[in-house]
Amino acid sequence: MKLKNKIIGGAITTASALSVVLIIAIIIVILVVTIIGGKEKISWEFLTAFPRDGMMKGGIFPAIYGTALLVIIMSIAAVPFGTITAIYLSEYAHEKSWLAQTIRFAVRTLATVPSIIFGLFGLGFFVQFVGAGMDNWFLGGQLKWAQPNLLWGSLTMALLTLPVVIVSVEEAIRTVPRELREASLALGATKWQTIKKVVIPGSISGIMTGTILAVSRGAGEVAPILFTGAAYSLATLPTSVSDQFMNLGYHIYVMSTQSSNVDQTLPIQFATTLVLLMLTFTLNLAAVLIRSSLRRRVK
Amino acid sequence: MKETKIVTRDLTLHYGQKMALNTINIPIPEKEVTAFIGPSGCGKSTFLRCLNRMNDLIPSVKITGEILIDGLDIYRKKIDVVNLRKKIGMVFQKSNPFAKSIFENVAYGPRINGVNNLKALTEIVERSLKNAAIWDEVKDRLHDSALGLSGGQQQRLCIARTLAVEPEIILMDEPASALDPISTGKIEELIFELKKDYTIVIVTHNMQQAARVSDHTAFFYLGELVEYGKTRKIFTTPEKKQTEEYITGRFG
Repeated sequence: MKLKNKIIGGAITTASALSVVLIIAIIIVILVVTIIGGKEKISWEFLTAFPRDGMMKGGIFPAIYGTALLVIIMSIAAVPFGTITAIYLSEYAHEKSWLAQTIRFAVRTLATVPSIIFGLFGLGFFVQFVGAGMDNWFLGGQLKWAQPNLLWGSLTMALLTLPVVIVSVEEAIRTVPRELREASLALGATKWQTIKKVVIPGSISGIMTGTILAVSRGAGEVAPILFTGAAYSLATLPTSVSDQFMNLGYHIYVMSTQSSNVDQTLPIQFATTLVLLMLTFTLNLAAVLIRSSLRRRVK
Repeated sequence: MKETKIVTRDLTLHYGQKMALNTINIPIPEKEVTAFIGPSGCGKSTFLRCLNRMNDLIPSVKITGEILIDGLDIYRKKIDVVNLRKKIGMVFQKSNPFAKSIFENVAYGPRINGVNNLKALTEIVERSLKNAAIWDEVKDRLHDSALGLSGGQQQRLCIARTLAVEPEIILMDEPASALDPISTGKIEELIFELKKDYTIVIVTHNMQQAARVSDHTAFFYLGELVEYGKTRKIFTTPEKKQTEEYITGRFG
C-alpha cells in the first residue's frame, strides 16, 4: 500500500513538473519563433513610421497608435462601469436577490461568449442602431456615426473585457476585512463614505489588476473590432473618435490573409506579433508588480 | 448611583429562528464602567452591538423591545443611525486600524464630519492621542503607517480614533483579549481615566478584568441577563447560584 502511494505521488509530481516545463517551453518557442521570424524587420523605423509601398515597407506606427487609443477609450468605458457594478454586487445587492443573481449570470455568460459575437453585436447595436439613430436625430440623416469607428470599436471591446474587470474588482473588494468596514461605520461614517474611504482604497490593487488584464486582453483581440472600427490601412492617424483606426492584431490578420506574397509579408507578421507580445507581456508584468507593491504597502 | 444613560426594555433578539437575547432589561449608568461577563455565546457581544445598531449589518437579525439612550429609543423609525454611531463609539476585539497613517486614522472621524482644516485636525489628533495615552509613543511618527504599531499600540490608536469623534458612550468588545498583560494593563488604566468623561460598556471574558475596571457588572448566560449589580457585590455576594458558579470558575 505504501509503495503504491509512493508511486502515485511520484507520478503526480513528475506530471506536474512536466506540465510546468511544457508551458514554459511553449512560451519560449513562441517567443523564439517570432523573434527569429521578425528580427530583420524590427527597427526604430518599424515602430515609428507609417507603412508604405502597399504596406510592404515602412513601419506599423498607426497600428500601435490605434491599439493604444483603443485600449485607452475601452478602459475609460469598462473600468468605471465594471467597478461600479462590482461595488453594487458586493456592497449593496443582497447575495440572493434576483437582480444580483441575474447580473452574476450575465457576467459569467458574457465571459464565455465568443469574441466574434461581440463584433457582430457591436456592428448591429452600436454602428447600425445607436450610430444610425444619432445621425438621424442630430445630423438630419447625414452619415457620420453609422459606420465603424474608434468609439464603436472601443465600446465593443469594453463589453468584452467588462467581465474581467467586474470579477477582479469584486474579488478585491471581498478581501477588505469586515473589521475595517465596521470600524468606519462605528465612527459614524455612512455606507458610501465607508466604500469611498475604506473599501475602494483597500481594493485598489484589484482595480489596477483588473484594468491591466482587461487592457492586455483588449489589445490582443481582433474579432470585436473587425466590423466595428478597425481599418485595413489608413494614410493618417485618427483624430476623432468618429475616425477609423489601425490595430496590431488586425494588421497581423490583414498581412496573413490579404497578400499573396507570403515571403514578403511573413517577416512583417512576425515583427508585428513580437510588438503585440511585448505589449501584452509588459502590461501583465506591470499588473503583477503593481499588485505585489500594493500588497506590500498594505502589510 | 449616577444618572442612567442607557436603558433597555424587554430587548429580545433573534438570529433567524434562534433567540440570542431574551427580554433584557438593564439600566446602564452615565460616566461609569459597566462590564458584561459570561461564557462564549451568551449574548454579551450581541447585546453590545445592539447599542450602536451594528447588528443592522446582519440581515437575519430581528430585534424587539426598546433601547433608550438619553430617553430616546434608538430603534425608532426616524433615528439617524449615522448620527447615533457618532455619539456611541466602539472599540473592537481585534484592533482594526485603517491602512493609513497614524494621523489619518485618528483624523478619519473628524474628516467624515466635515473637518478639513489642517490646524483643527492636528489639534483633535493630538488631543485624542493624548487622551488615549499613546501620544508619547507616536508623536514623532504620526505620518507612518498605523500598521507598523504593536498590537497594544494599535488598540490604543483605535481608542484614540474613537475619541476623536467625541462620543458620549464607548462600547468595548473584549478590547484586551488579544493583548499581552502589559498592554492589557495600559488599556485598563486608560478605561479608568476615560470614565471621568465617558459612559463605558465593556464586554470581557476576563473576570479579573471586569472586577478591576468596572463599577457595575452584568452576568449573561444563554441569552439571558442572570444578574446585574455593583461589581463589588456581584463578585463577593452574588444572589444567583449560576453567577456564583461562573465567577468561581465552575463552568464557562
